Amino acid sequence: MTTLSEELHPPRSEVGPIGWLRANLFSSTGNALLTVVSGALLGLAGIGVIDWIVNRAQWRVIADNLRVLMLGIYPIDQTWRVWVTILIGVSLIGLGWGVWGGILRSLALGSAAAALLLNLFPVAADTRLYTVVAVGLIFGGYRLARGRAAWRRPVIVLGFLFPIVAVLLLRGLDERHPVLPLVRYDVWGGLLLTFSLALLGIVISFPLGVLLALGRRSSLPVVRGACIAYIELIRGVPLVTILFMAQVVLPLFLGGETTLERSTRALIGVVLFSAAYHAENVRGGLQSIPPGQIEAAKALGMNSLLTTVLIVLPQALRAVLPATTGQFISLFKDTSLVAIVGLTDLLGAARGVLAKPEFLGLSNEVYIFVALIFWTFTYSMSFVSRRMEAALGVGKR
Amino acid sequence: MSSPNGQDDIIVCRDVHKWYGNFHALKGINLTVKRGEVVVIFGPSGSGKSTFIRTINRLEEHQRGQIVVDGIELTHDLRNIEAIRSEVGMVFQQFNLFPHLTVIQNITLAPRWVRRRNRAEAEDKAMQLLKRVGIPEQAHKYPGQLSGGQQQRVAIARALAMDPKIMLFDEPTSALDPEMIKEVLDVMIELARSGMTIVAVTHEMGFARSVANRMVLFDEGVIVEEGTPQQIFEAPQHDRTKLFLSQILRH
Repeated sequence: MTTLSEELHPPRSEVGPIGWLRANLFSSTGNALLTVVSGALLGLAGIGVIDWIVNRAQWRVIADNLRVLMLGIYPIDQTWRVWVTILIGVSLIGLGWGVWGGILRSLALGSAAAALLLNLFPVAADTRLYTVVAVGLIFGGYRLARGRAAWRRPVIVLGFLFPIVAVLLLRGLDERHPVLPLVRYDVWGGLLLTFSLALLGIVISFPLGVLLALGRRSSLPVVRGACIAYIELIRGVPLVTILFMAQVVLPLFLGGETTLERSTRALIGVVLFSAAYHAENVRGGLQSIPPGQIEAAKALGMNSLLTTVLIVLPQALRAVLPATTGQFISLFKDTSLVAIVGLTDLLGAARGVLAKPEFLGLSNEVYIFVALIFWTFTYSMSFVSRRMEAALGVGKR
Repeated sequence: MSSPNGQDDIIVCRDVHKWYGNFHALKGINLTVKRGEVVVIFGPSGSGKSTFIRTINRLEEHQRGQIVVDGIELTHDLRNIEAIRSEVGMVFQQFNLFPHLTVIQNITLAPRWVRRRNRAEAEDKAMQLLKRVGIPEQAHKYPGQLSGGQQQRVAIARALAMDPKIMLFDEPTSALDPEMIKEVLDVMIELARSGMTIVAVTHEMGFARSVANRMVLFDEGVIVEEGTPQQIFEAPQHDRTKLFLSQILRH
C-alpha cells in the first residue's frame, strides 16, 4: 500500500499556460501544424492592418467631420443642448452605479472611457471641457449615491423622466424661444438621429410586440384575427418598403391638417416593423410556459390579468431575453436604412462626408469608424443582455 | 381515523357529466362531501378521477349536472367561480410552483394580490406555514433548488396560505421518489387530523387506511363503489374493486 507523505504537484508541462498550449494548440502533429500556419497568416495580416492604421490611413477625415457624423446638421450654436442632455444622462448613470452597481458600473465606466477617447481627436476646447465634466459627473454621481438604498426609487423616476427631458432639451420649444428655440426632428442627424430612432424604436416596439403576442392568444376571434393579420402582413414586407410607405401613406391617413415630420414617420415605420417580430418571439416564450403554471395561479384565485402579469409574462419574457436582444440589435442597425428615405443618420452622414471632393477615396477610414461605433453600441446591448441572463437565471430555473 | 366535525355538506355533486368532444369522461357522478371529511378517490388511469376533482374548482368545465361548493353553485358566472376558488386549495401532481419566485414569494403571492394582505402579514403567515410543513429554512431558495418532496410541501403551504375550507389533492405523491413520499403524506395526515376537508386522488393506500373517512373507486367515468376504508379493504362488493385492489396491493 502506498501512502503520500506530502502533496505532489502535477508536472509543469501539464498545467498552467504550457499545459493549456499543449492541450489546445499543439495536441497532435496536425493541430500543431495548423497552429503554426494560421499563426503565420494572422501575423502577416495583423502587421498589415496595424501598419495601415498607424501609417497610411488618413484619419483626418474623421477628425475634420466629427461634428457632422455625430450630429448631422443640428445648428452649431445649439450644440450646448446636446452636451447638457449627455451630461444629465451620464449623471444618472453615475447615480445608478452608486445605488445599484452591477451592470450600471460597466455602463458608467464605458461612458467615462468613451468621453476620454473623444479627446484623442482634435476637438474644440469646449468639447474637451464637456468631456471632463462628464467624467466628473459620472464619478461624482457614484460617490454621492453609493450605498444609499433610499435613492433607488427617485433614481428610477428620474430615469423615466429623462427621455422627456432629453426630447425637450434637444427639440426645444417654439421657434422664437430665447433659450430653447425649436430644432425640428428633420434637422437631427448623424449618431444623434441613429441613437434617437433606435432608443425610441426599442422602447415603443417592445411593449407593442408583447401586447400583440398576448392578443394573438386571445379567445376573442376579432382580436386574434387582427393581431395575426398585422403580424403576417408586416413580416412579409421588407423594412425599406415599410419606411417608404410610412413616408408616403401616413400623411394621407392623417389628412392635410397635421404634417408629421419625416423622422417621425420613419420612427413609426421602424416601430411597427419591429413590434411584429417581437410579437413572434414573445409568442414562442408564452407557448413554452407549462399550462400547469396557469392552472396553479387560477386555483389560487388569481384572475387572468394577475396571472398574465405576475406569472406568465415574467417567465415568458425571461425565456426570450436572447431573442429580444437580437431584435434590439437588429433594430439599431436597421435605422441605417432611413438614409434611403432622405434622412441623414450616421451612415447617411458618412456617405455625405465621402461625397465631398477633398475626402474622396477615404471610404475605408470612414466606414471603419462607422462600423466601430455600431459595434460599440450593439456589443454593449449584448453585454447587458448576458449579464441580465445570468442574474435572472435564464435556462437555469 | 378522524371523525367529521360538523354535519353540513360542503361539496355536493349531482349527476355530473363531462365530455371531451365525443369522449364521455364523467358519466353522471353523484358525490357528497361533508365538512371535515377526508375522501380518497382511487381507480385506474383514465377513469376520470383527475377530471372529476378538477371540475370542483372549475379547472375543467362540466356540461351537465350540478356542483355546489359551500352553498355556491358552480356556473358560468365568473364571480361564483372566483368565490369558489378562494375557498378551495389545490395541490398538483407536478407541484406547479412558480420557478421565477422564491419559496416565500410563491406562498405570499396570492395572499398579497388576491386577498390584498400587506407584505409583513403575508410573510409571517408564510413562515408559520413553512414551519408547519417542516421546511422553514428553505424560505429564500428557488423551487429548482429544492427536492421533489420539499417542493410539494411548499405547494401545500402555498395552497394553505389562502385559508381554504377544502383542499384538493391530485395525485400529490405520484411524481415523487419513494423516499420523499412519506414526508408529504405526513403533512397531509397532519392536515386531515386538524379537521380540514380533503378530497384526494391518490394510490397511497396507507394514507387512505390511516385518515380517510370514505374511499371512492372510479372506473370509466362512473363511481363503482364507495365505503369506509374498512369496508373497501376487507369486504369489497364489486368485482372491479376486488380486481383493482389486487393489482395495487400486490407489492
